Amino acid sequence: MGEFRPLGGKIVTRPFLVLAAVALFAGVLLVKRFVYGIGAVSNMSDGYPWGIWITYDVVVGTAFACGGYALAMLVYVLNKKTYYPLIRSAILASMFGYTLAGVSIFFDVGRYWQAYNLILPWYSQLSSVMFEVALCVTTYIMVLWIEFAPSFLERWNKERMLKVLRKVLFLFIAVGVLLPTMHQSSLGLLVYIAGQKVSPLWQTGFLPLLFLITSITMGYAIVVFESILSSVGFRRPLETGLLAKLSAIIPKLLALYLVIRFGDLIGRGELGLVFRGDMKSIMFIVENLLYLIPTVILFSPANRERPRMLFIGAVLMLLAGAVYRFNTFLVGFDPGPGWHYFPSFSETMITVGLIAVEIMGYLLFVKTLPVLPSLKHA
Amino acid sequence: MKRRDFLKGVACGGLLLAADVPSALAQPFARQQKAMPPEAVGILYDATLCIGCKACVAACKEHNSMPPDFSTTDQLWDNAIDLSGKTLNIIKLYTHGAGAAKDREDGFSFVKRQCMHCIDPSCVSACPVSALTKDPKSGIVSYNKGACLGCRYCQVACPYNIPKFEWDAPFPQIRKCQLCSHRIKEGGYAACCEFCPTGASLFGTTKDLLEEARYRLTLKPGEEYGFPVGRIGSRETSHRTVEAVYQPRIYGEKEGGGTQVLMLAGVPFDKLGMPKLSETSDAARSEGLQHMIYRGMIAPIALLGGLLYAVHRSTKNNDDR
Repeated sequence: MGEFRPLGGKIVTRPFLVLAAVALFAGVLLVKRFVYGIGAVSNMSDGYPWGIWITYDVVVGTAFACGGYALAMLVYVLNKKTYYPLIRSAILASMFGYTLAGVSIFFDVGRYWQAYNLILPWYSQLSSVMFEVALCVTTYIMVLWIEFAPSFLERWNKERMLKVLRKVLFLFIAVGVLLPTMHQSSLGLLVYIAGQKVSPLWQTGFLPLLFLITSITMGYAIVVFESILSSVGFRRPLETGLLAKLSAIIPKLLALYLVIRFGDLIGRGELGLVFRGDMKSIMFIVENLLYLIPTVILFSPANRERPRMLFIGAVLMLLAGAVYRFNTFLVGFDPGPGWHYFPSFSETMITVGLIAVEIMGYLLFVKTLPVLPSLKHA
Repeated sequence: MKRRDFLKGVACGGLLLAADVPSALAQPFARQQKAMPPEAVGILYDATLCIGCKACVAACKEHNSMPPDFSTTDQLWDNAIDLSGKTLNIIKLYTHGAGAAKDREDGFSFVKRQCMHCIDPSCVSACPVSALTKDPKSGIVSYNKGACLGCRYCQVACPYNIPKFEWDAPFPQIRKCQLCSHRIKEGGYAACCEFCPTGASLFGTTKDLLEEARYRLTLKPGEEYGFPVGRIGSRETSHRTVEAVYQPRIYGEKEGGGTQVLMLAGVPFDKLGMPKLSETSDAARSEGLQHMIYRGMIAPIALLGGLLYAVHRSTKNNDDR
C-alpha cells in the first residue's frame, strides 16, 4: 500500500477527445458490419479468411499485451522484487490488450451469437489448436482482471476483500504465467495446419517456440516502451536504472531466437528463399533486421543506460515481433493464384478505433486508480 | 527442494511446453494418419470424359437449394466464376496457347472443383467446436451450422480452399459440398454424378473408384472401353474410344493422406490448379505437434505446480507482491 498512487488530473483532455472521436467512428463502422455482414467493411475473402482483425487485434495485440506476463515471471517466479514498481501498469496494459483482443473476436467471427458453444462439452474439439487458444485467452482475460483487482479495492477502500484476495492472489498469478506460455506458443501453432499455404520461410515445427520467445521479448519491450512514454507524457522522472537492468535480459533472448530461427531455416534447406528478392524475401529480411538491430544495441551495457537507446531498442523489438506475426499470418500466407488481401479503410479504422479505446482506458485507469509507482520509489 | 533445482524444473517445463526441440526439427513426428473409413464413398472425376456442359453445377444447385451466383451485370443466369458461399461445385477450364487439343498440356482441359472429402481432413482437425465432422462410416465431411462460430479456421486450414463463407450475410454460415448426404440417406447419390451425361463424374465407394481409376490408367489411346455413367455398378455405360493420354497418376490417392474424391486427367494436375501435397496430412502433423506438447497435460500441470510453488514463496510475506 502506498507504493502506487493515482496520477490524478483531468480525464477529458484534448487527446482524449480525439481518441473518443476515432472510437466513435469505428463504432459506426461496426454497426455496418453487424447489419450487412463482414464483407461490407472488410477486404477479407475466401482465400484470405483472416485479415488484420485476427493478425493485429489478436495475434499481435496479445503479444503487445505480454508485459504483465513477462514481468510477472521476473517479479513473482524469479522473485526479483526490484521490478515490482513496474508491475501494475504492465498488468493494466495487458488487461486492456487482452480484453480488447477478446472483444475484437466477437466482431471477427461470423456466428458470434453461438460463441458459447466453445464451452459446451459436446461441441468441444480438443484436437483443435483454435479451441485451446480461445479457451486459454478467455480464461487469461479473467485472470488479468483479478490480478488487477487490488488497484480497484485499494481505491474503494475495501480492506476486507483486499485481505481475502491477497491470500489467494498467488494462485491467479501462477495461472497468469501458465496461460500465456500456453496460448502464445499455440498462436504460432495455429498456422501449422495450413501446411504448404504458408511459405517455408515461416512454416516450421518451431512456430510454437519462436512465438513464445518473441512474445516474451515483446512483453519486456512493451514495459520499457510504456514506462518511458508515460514518464515523458506525464512528466515524471525516467525509471532508467530499472529499465537498464530489465533490458539486459532482452538481447540474450533475442540472440537465442535468431539462432533457432536461422538454424531451423538452414536445417530445412530453405535459406535460399531469403535471397529471392520477392515480396516474401524482402519482408523476411525486414523482419530479421528488426530483430538484429535491437539485439546489437542492447548487448552494449552503455546503451542500456541511455533512455533514447532503450526506447529505440524497445520500439524496434515491438516492430520486429509485429512484422514476424504479420509475415506468418498474412505475407507468408498464400492460398494460391488469384487471391489478394490488403485491409480496407473501414477494416483498418475498426482496428484503429480499438487501439483508441485501449489508450483511453489506460489513461482513465492510471489517473483514477493506484497503478503507477509513487514518486519516491521511482 | 533447492531453489536452483526448482527454477531449473520450471525452465524445463516451459521448454517442453514450447516445443520438443529435436522432434520439431525432424518434422514428421506426426500422429498416426487416419485410415479410410470402411464404407467410404466418393467421386471419380475423369477430366478426359468431361465436356464442360455444367449439368453437374446446375444439378448441385437444384438439389442443395443453393442460390444462383451472378457474375454479369444483367444478372439473368447462374454463372459463378468460382466456388463461393453460393456454389459448392464448379467446372473450370484450363487452356494453353490456342487451346486446340483436348486433354493436352498444350491444349485445354476441364477440371471440377469441390470438397475432396479428405481421409484425414484439416478442416475437421481445425474446427474448435466440431462443426465440421467426418462420418465414421461413409467418410463424408459435413457441416453443422448449429455448432459453428464462424471463426473461419477451416478455411485457413483447407489445402484446397474449399469451405466458403457468406461474407455478405449478417448471419453467415460456412458452405461446402457434403456429397449430397441427404440424397444418399434416401437411397440416392451425389446429384453431380447422377446428372452427368458422360460419366465424367462417377459416384461409388472410394475402393471401387480407385479400382476403376487404376484400370483406366492401363487404357491406351484407340482402345474401346465402356465407361460407367452415374455410379459404379449402374447399367448405363458410355462406349467410346479412348482418345487422351492419362497423366500416370490418380490425384487424391495419396495427396495429403488421401481423399475420397479422386481425379484423372490428361493435363498435369498442378496446371489444373490442384495443389502439390505431401503424403502426410497436415492434420496429422499439426495434431502430432500439439499432442506432443500437451500429452496428458503433463507439461502444463508440472509447470503450473512449479509456478504455484515459486509465486507462493515470493508473495507469502508481503502484501500482493
